Amino acid sequence: MAALKKCFHIKNRDFIHAGEASITVQNMLKQLNMDPKLIRRIAVCGYEGEMNVVMHGGDGQFCVEVDLDKVVLNISDDGPGIEDIPKAMQKGFSTASDEYREMGFGAGMGLPNMETHSDQMVVESEKGRGTTVRMFFFMNP
Amino acid sequence: MKLSRIIEILDASLHSGHEKMDMEVDKIGASDLMSDILAAAQAEGSILLTGLTNVQAIKTAVISGADAIVFVRNKRPPQELIDLAESHGIPLLSTPWSMFVSSGRLYAHGFTGLNGAR
Repeated sequence: MAALKKCFHIKNRDFIHAGEASITVQNMLKQLNMDPKLIRRIAVCGYEGEMNVVMHGGDGQFCVEVDLDKVVLNISDDGPGIEDIPKAMQKGFSTASDEYREMGFGAGMGLPNMETHSDQMVVESEKGRGTTVRMFFFMNP
Repeated sequence: MKLSRIIEILDASLHSGHEKMDMEVDKIGASDLMSDILAAAQAEGSILLTGLTNVQAIKTAVISGADAIVFVRNKRPPQELIDLAESHGIPLLSTPWSMFVSSGRLYAHGFTGLNGAR
């Protein structure tokens, strides 16, 4: 059981509020005096994950778990799922609409950025059954 | 370099953050794609140069750590963006110059990219 856990609801196509969960988590981790660089990586990964749910995922849930040795982000949605995960992980591959590209997202960098800035990432998805992305951030020993 | 000097270099006008003229920045992230800014995950001490005037530009600055935003080609942020930026303490500016010319002017004054390269 995590020392601290907080969850947020993410609404599909709610572009206006997208990012608020990540900013809240960022402020929460700052109050815990965590390493600023680690907080930055967690916030970036969370934000990209939130945008993925808003753009592709149906409704979703964004949870953060803080432990003494790690932080875990668990972002799940009930959207259409990812048909080909290795392809979705490629930089530049995107199924986002032009509508989202005009808003500065959907250029095929979300999942690659999340993989780069987390210490470990697990993507589980099935077509028609939604997607869950878990990202682990380990504290320095 | 102080924000007040950047305003001179870019012939920029200021929408919010009047109290932050002495803020020091030395890096630039220039993009309309927010994931390209987030890719660096190290935007402290930087300016976000963009043509994107929506809430995600502000949130990208907050999350990546960028200290100010300059909108190119004289794009004007709507009032709700100015309010959001003020609530996060992020100065907003507009420059009449294009992304290319703005970047060139700042490069000529010694600015680097987000990762320090030039």
